[in-house]
Amino acid sequence: MVNVGRAPSRLSGRIARIAVTAGLVAGWPALSQAQSGELVIESWRNDDLAIWQDVIIPAFNKKYPDITVTFSPTAPTEYNAALNAKIEAGTAGDLITCRPFDASLALYQRGHLASLNDLPGIENFSDVAKSAWVTDDGATVFCVPMASVIHGFLYNQEIFEELGLAEPTTVAEFHALLDRLQEDGNYIPMAMGTADQWEAATMGFQNIGPNYWRGEEGRRALIAGEDKFTDPEYVAVFQELASWAPYLGDGYSAQTYPDSQNLFSLGRAAIYPAGSWDISVFRTQADFEMGAFPPPLPEAGQDCFISDHTDIAIGMNAAAKNPDAARAFLEWTTTAEFAEIYSNQLPGFFSLSKHAVTVEDPTAAEFLSWREQCQPTIRNSYQILSRGEPNLENELWNVSAQVINGTLTPEAAAQQIQDGLDSWYKPQQ
Amino acid sequence: MTSLLAENAAAGAGRTSVRRRRRPFPWHIVVFLAPATLVYTVFSVYPLLDSMRLSLFAADAAGVRHFAGLSNYVTLITDPRWAGPFWNALGNNLVFFLIHMAVQNPIGIALAALLSLPRLRFRQTYRTLLFTPTMLSVVIIGFVWQLILSPVWGVGKGILAAIGLSSLFGPWLGQEGTALITLSLISVWQFVGIPMMLIYAALLNIPDDLVDAAVVDGATQMQVFWRVKLPLILPTVGAVSILTYVGNFNAFDLIYAVKGALAGPNFSTDIMGTLFYRTFFGYQLQLGNPTMGAAIATLMFLIILTGVMIYFFVIQRRMQRYEL
Repeated sequence: MVNVGRAPSRLSGRIARIAVTAGLVAGWPALSQAQSGELVIESWRNDDLAIWQDVIIPAFNKKYPDITVTFSPTAPTEYNAALNAKIEAGTAGDLITCRPFDASLALYQRGHLASLNDLPGIENFSDVAKSAWVTDDGATVFCVPMASVIHGFLYNQEIFEELGLAEPTTVAEFHALLDRLQEDGNYIPMAMGTADQWEAATMGFQNIGPNYWRGEEGRRALIAGEDKFTDPEYVAVFQELASWAPYLGDGYSAQTYPDSQNLFSLGRAAIYPAGSWDISVFRTQADFEMGAFPPPLPEAGQDCFISDHTDIAIGMNAAAKNPDAARAFLEWTTTAEFAEIYSNQLPGFFSLSKHAVTVEDPTAAEFLSWREQCQPTIRNSYQILSRGEPNLENELWNVSAQVINGTLTPEAAAQQIQDGLDSWYKPQQ
Repeated sequence: MTSLLAENAAAGAGRTSVRRRRRPFPWHIVVFLAPATLVYTVFSVYPLLDSMRLSLFAADAAGVRHFAGLSNYVTLITDPRWAGPFWNALGNNLVFFLIHMAVQNPIGIALAALLSLPRLRFRQTYRTLLFTPTMLSVVIIGFVWQLILSPVWGVGKGILAAIGLSSLFGPWLGQEGTALITLSLISVWQFVGIPMMLIYAALLNIPDDLVDAAVVDGATQMQVFWRVKLPLILPTVGAVSILTYVGNFNAFDLIYAVKGALAGPNFSTDIMGTLFYRTFFGYQLQLGNPTMGAAIATLMFLIILTGVMIYFFVIQRRMQRYEL
């Protein structure tokens, strides 16, 4: 792979150079930004391969025809391990898709990601958008933010119409709705499994939680050590999760993420606790109208909060073989053109730039509209709190799945999370 | 070989008895040994020693490694945050191995005994069919069994319902109490072909006259198997057991393919291989810790080494062998 990849790159570089020289000799007007070479993008978004190849890269090549870009994704769960191994071995691509917070910060601190403070166009991103890819002091940004994902619930509109159901706004209404579906008995009320564990934490805990811990306020209080996971608002989230169990399908403890997606897209389940990235999957697979509602409120009339998580960015390998071309690509990702293409080709990934982008997909637009009504926050386990051992995020997967399985009480779950954090995180003690 | 050399040397000594010439250095031995030694050293011994060396280091926040002696091992055994998962993984691994020993190898022996029955039709077909799962990719095995056992789509529920036992069906891969046993049995199903083939080959080596003599003496097929065949194939059964032991304590792929590196629910399917992977490479937000991972890998090596040594020095020496 490496050898095969390198030889053509040197060759095509040489051909390009000869071509440029020939052009100059022939008296062609040289482009002011004549960039050439080959770029490889490391990514975990293997679902998006076709869109990168067919839409995004061709759009980039209209501006920079001489740069050949290859999108080279790895499976999401293996991405961090594979990327670290490639970087250590010096075989990683020029452009690196950045996970939020510590995984990328560690890469920057070890000198594997280049600083992008002087990248033209980086000013198109707000501090909040950049927060997941800056050093702790906020001085250096090392990835260009691409998109965030929003949590909520998707539902099958045909089932709702058939049974005369309405979108719930409060937790009480939500439970009444689930009970109605349960009584009807023709559909699984809610499609979620605990076999893969992460859905319980991501689509469960982080989805409904912000309404309980008041979004950013609670998240910052956790980092400052003022709040604890054993506080009533966190226990209440686990209690709510535990109450979902009867509404999930038979044998949900062995139900995987693809199982849940299929149950919903085949019309066998009415409600799907979602991340906005699911929209593009269902758009191609489901033949019914989808609706969406934000996480229900524990108390009627309270402020609403949503998880609007800074999820994906792109940075430059400090050892890039072709740094000029890599910077040209990064510069292009800061433009309105890229924001427009990305948000619309991948409905459910919302651009983090300041450019005004029109999202055409109605369900994705619905998710995006919650940014106006509710206060956004990010997942509370991502910044700083997952730096130690045991890893908070992995612990949350484990206990959230157990709470729904009924093998751990909400109180014990909260205690286990807090004990784990106490064992290494100083501001908490 | 050695006796041949000695004879040559003696002959040479006889011819040149007047002037005692020194034997020429046996270069051919070096030449014959070199390829294997080289390949094993570069691809097996060196990486093994280097990962042992790596396990003696620790990294600080900036990723700089410094020598730390045995501190990784001390942390692994004494710090409850590490010792808990470590002993859990070791215990699960032991269960994984015991299920293989108790289920895979007896079934392998039984299948081999059936295959070697004198009047059996479609012998080749059975042998091929039983060996097929072993040749399939673990990813396919994991996927197929996940589908069969899936409470959502699986045929498992339907099959049990057809014989009136649908109440016995459960989400076996998702429950703490059953997930590890289920995965072990899937692995048994996949690899049962290997003990079957090895033991089948050993059974074919047993001369017919021994069996005939037993039959003439009035032994039944069962008695022939227990009294004549089984004692003769015991060395092969021993070799199969030690292969199972090494394979099981190195296992990783099936668990990873079905349950992921977090080996849920609640780490009930976590074995040494998945614990090592999670530690060495990291998982999701957990960053990799190569030095601690190397310490786990070294312990895995020592556990396997201990088991193999016990087998070689205690069990194999007491095993009786018969000249056939």
